[in-house]
Amino acid sequence: MSADSPFALLANATALPWADVPVWAPEDLVRLTAAELARGTRLCAWFGVPTTGEPGAPVSLVAVLADDADNTLAVGRSTSFTGHYPALTPAQPQAHLFEREVWEQHGLTPTGHPWLKPVRQTAGQAPANAEFFRVEGPEIHEVAVGPVHAGIIEPGHFRFQCAGEEVLHLEIALGYQHRGIETALPGGPHRATLAQMETVAGDTTIAHATAHALVREALAGIEAPLRSQWLRAIALELERLANHTGDLGALAGDVAFLPTQSACGKIRGDFLNLTALLCGNRFGRGMVLPGGTRHDLEPERLETLLARLTTALADVAQANAWMDAATSARARFEGVGKVSTAQAAEAGLVGLAARACGLVRDVRYDHPAGWHRFAQLPVALWPDGDVFARVRVRALEIQRSGEFLREQLGAPPDPENLLADASTLAPEMLAVALVEGWRGEVCHVALTDPAGRFHRYKIIDPSFHNWTGLALALRGAAISDFPICNKSFNLSYCGFDL
Amino acid sequence: MAYPNGPAPALPDRHGGSLRVNPEKCVEGCTECLPVCPTVALTRAPAQPVALDLGRCIFCAACVQACPTGAIVQTGDHRMAVRRREDLVLGNEGREEIRLAAALDERLRRLFGRSLRLRQVSAGGCNACESDVNVLGTIGWDLSRFGIQFVASPRHADGLLITGPVTRAMELALKKTWDAVPEPKLVIAVGACAIAGGPFAGHPEVNQGASPLVPVDLFIPGCPPHPLTILDGLLRLLGRLEGR
Repeated sequence: MSADSPFALLANATALPWADVPVWAPEDLVRLTAAELARGTRLCAWFGVPTTGEPGAPVSLVAVLADDADNTLAVGRSTSFTGHYPALTPAQPQAHLFEREVWEQHGLTPTGHPWLKPVRQTAGQAPANAEFFRVEGPEIHEVAVGPVHAGIIEPGHFRFQCAGEEVLHLEIALGYQHRGIETALPGGPHRATLAQMETVAGDTTIAHATAHALVREALAGIEAPLRSQWLRAIALELERLANHTGDLGALAGDVAFLPTQSACGKIRGDFLNLTALLCGNRFGRGMVLPGGTRHDLEPERLETLLARLTTALADVAQANAWMDAATSARARFEGVGKVSTAQAAEAGLVGLAARACGLVRDVRYDHPAGWHRFAQLPVALWPDGDVFARVRVRALEIQRSGEFLREQLGAPPDPENLLADASTLAPEMLAVALVEGWRGEVCHVALTDPAGRFHRYKIIDPSFHNWTGLALALRGAAISDFPICNKSFNLSYCGFDL
Repeated sequence: MAYPNGPAPALPDRHGGSLRVNPEKCVEGCTECLPVCPTVALTRAPAQPVALDLGRCIFCAACVQACPTGAIVQTGDHRMAVRRREDLVLGNEGREEIRLAAALDERLRRLFGRSLRLRQVSAGGCNACESDVNVLGTIGWDLSRFGIQFVASPRHADGLLITGPVTRAMELALKKTWDAVPEPKLVIAVGACAIAGGPFAGHPEVNQGASPLVPVDLFIPGCPPHPLTILDGLLRLLGRLEGR
């Protein structure tokens, strides 16, 4: 972020007084945000802060930007208002879902938004889907899939506009998983808050719980003990290993390459069991607490973890090598579901989907917080933007995570008390935390009220950015390639629906 | 995997398994455990020991740590599935532990005992219950050796396996799926959310689990339940774990 930026600058996992966030008229916030984004920063969050809890209360818009090159975050906000403002989306398409969300949650209308419709609101017994985009013509047919899918997966609806096999347009309609997580947070933290943060996306428990903990620690003005930060970094990579391995297996399954499918299904469980060795739960429930962690990795447990990790890493390397050597599998992945680097940047993709388009975007590297200030992982890139690139980035990240874990487990920080007191939150402060979950950037933003309770809490799962990437990947693809394209992104429904 | 004929795989040592309430140790008037429970699984009526509802429990064991007298303890037991909702409520004498699920009656066992086809409906599930149901299909657990499979249409199914608190937005889809399953049919609720709303109980955006919408035949608690707990429940229902 250039030093003359009009925005307030802050580092990841820190807080600043709400009064220090610069305030502009809504049209100026849009203009200045568009200018910063045009320089190559990213939109991490764009949301409304109502002045009171009353319906129809004036709302202030907040922009959180990331300057990856300068390792800085930036925040700005608008005056409180009701009614209309000039949309950011025409200049910056990465804002399109954010502006729909603000319209849905607060009734602020972004004038000039090209496709304003609900995001996740429920109407009666189903989501409030508006009209789907429709392609007309004698040869055109429409395919509707979901919400209940043909496997053991979460619900969502896919609407394809096709000419024969070719997909002209895919619209992804979500909202079926909406559990009211954000609306429950004002006035909190409540007794159920941590359990809800752990289940924003249940396969990303460590990343979301860590982001939540970092926000609370920043608001409390404390830092978790170093040993706890180290434990969180280990748990985060175990989460990545389990999910990436599962995805490699699922992709192998979708192209009927059974050896890798079978092996990875089992090895994924081996990684989940390492998380369970750490904290008792295969998904990391109860591991991360605001202020630190609940469980330690004492020497004997560390040795067990390291031994089992070494075996599982060798197994997954072998399983991936089988698929890598099979030209039949590779041929099904290459050139399919392509997203260009320019499209990925324009749509604001994050995480492995962005890195598979050649974009260097990784919070662990760009915005290091916690233990990643001392130990970083190289960013794994592949430039092609197709299914193969997303397979390849996963395989590379499995290697890098494995190496990172071996290094870290070989040099643990000194034992200490694992918990600091993060119970008292400062009033009227804004905190931002980014964590690189296995899908990508998990973003939590919290604003406290005069009593030090949450006034507004915003969660952006990486899937919020990346579902658009899947829609783009399907343009011009064969509808029969939808399963491998979908698996190659493997996005969260509940993380999006909140 | 030798199980179920051989020994079950060990749970992780920090898992702790199921819970047990020792009413004789639950001191009159003590409420130490109540405020630490994130999902309000613990309640206490006057002159009664604490009531622990394992249907709401996410097994964080905060109550085990908070109890000054050791009245709530972990048992290490992976077996937790029940047929009746009230069998998950512990506390009173004779109800210290879960009353494990009985098998289906003879007629349904003849129909489903060696071939059970399930349709899975995630209705607000966070993808953890879903993942640990899915894992039963992998080579280690090999669920299909028991004749249990997940199918791609409710028309091919003998029942539903439901995860998640059942969001309002999934009510219609769940009802349609349920209607499309031919009789006789079963419903299995997996996880704290599907049993009672889990961490989201009380949110207006969700139901309090599957029971308000469809009749549930088997409840499998956990957040998420360990795969072994899920498998135990399925086999118990089919009468394949008699005496175990």
